[in-house]
Amino acid sequence: MTLLTFTALLFIGALLAGLLGALTGLGGGVVLVPLLTLGFHVDIRYAIGVSLISVIATSSGAAAAYVREGFSSVRIGMFLEVATTLGAILGAYLATVVHTQALAIIFGVVLLYSSYLSWQQVCKPVPPLTKGSPWSDRLRLSGDFPRKDGSRCKYEVENIPGGFSVMFVAGALSGLLGIGSGAVKVLAMDRIMKVPFKVSTTTSNFMIGVTAAASAGIYLHRGLITPGLAFPVMLGVLTGSLIGARYLVRAHVGVLRVVFTFVVLALGVEMIINGVTKWF
Amino acid sequence: MGRLLQVGVLLASFVMLAGGVLYVRAHHTATPDYRIFKSEPQALRHVGGVLKGVVAGDSAAVIQLAVLLLIATPVARVVFALIAFGIERDKLYIAVSAVVLAVLVFGFIRSQ
Repeated sequence: MTLLTFTALLFIGALLAGLLGALTGLGGGVVLVPLLTLGFHVDIRYAIGVSLISVIATSSGAAAAYVREGFSSVRIGMFLEVATTLGAILGAYLATVVHTQALAIIFGVVLLYSSYLSWQQVCKPVPPLTKGSPWSDRLRLSGDFPRKDGSRCKYEVENIPGGFSVMFVAGALSGLLGIGSGAVKVLAMDRIMKVPFKVSTTTSNFMIGVTAAASAGIYLHRGLITPGLAFPVMLGVLTGSLIGARYLVRAHVGVLRVVFTFVVLALGVEMIINGVTKWF
Repeated sequence: MGRLLQVGVLLASFVMLAGGVLYVRAHHTATPDYRIFKSEPQALRHVGGVLKGVVAGDSAAVIQLAVLLLIATPVARVVFALIAFGIERDKLYIAVSAVVLAVLVFGFIRSQ
């Protein structure tokens, strides 16, 4: 395969990954790394490095749209970024000591978990709660967001230490596996801290770029971000996610999400089997 | 702040596209192989080396410059948030933003 064909195929694959990631809200990184390792036989460390870069691009591109709508909370985001960036640096260091096949297996487990989370969202929406801990006001994490009729809906947050700890784990996973770990971030805010879902997802999007930037520098210095991959993959994922965000949000997201859940499930199983058979 | 992120990503994308086109033109006969990890050349792994490469017209360095711009975009967002909290005189969040910025800078410098 010549470089031109390889680049073109990578671009198309990354575009599809970005499209699916945007449609389902799971992010492009989750499908990108399996695509590169299983489909293109790229060393997983290269795949993780280039995925991190794409994650920064898509998160910043998508976050820009949400900030204007007034949903995301800059304070909640900044506060929890302390946890995610520290976690990301730990994750990036762990990536050097962990065996590459072990990385593949961990990635597979995260995929299985993501598909489980995605499936849960299909089945039952969580009712929002607004009563929070006293620290919610002290740390100025309480806020409000616009309703459709123009009025503001107030909210408070609870279980801040719990959310903070899970965010640290989300950051570590991001640095270790090159994913945005948006699903874990939403879990920490929405389920644990009881931040309203819309605020959780938009703030998470906002945080993903900062978290990924914390470990991307480390990957770059280690020589894990390779130009030949970075170029088609980053542009492909970005294009795909922009198309997904702009034109297809109104499409049959319910059906797509079910399909995607099974795709992620299958990729997870494949990553684990592949990792185990190559290792032993 | 949303605008800032967009500009950063857009700028990085243009640089990436330019570098990529040059890269494919320069290496189009090569057979790519990323199966086995071999570290990128030292020159493409830090800011000084990348800038030198860009000046010398190395397409791989142009791509790495785009990568650096991308990494800088969220960092710039934290800087701007810090300034915004400063204008609001929100001491708590000036401190929180400063910690995040310090972690980002530490991650970047410590690894060199």
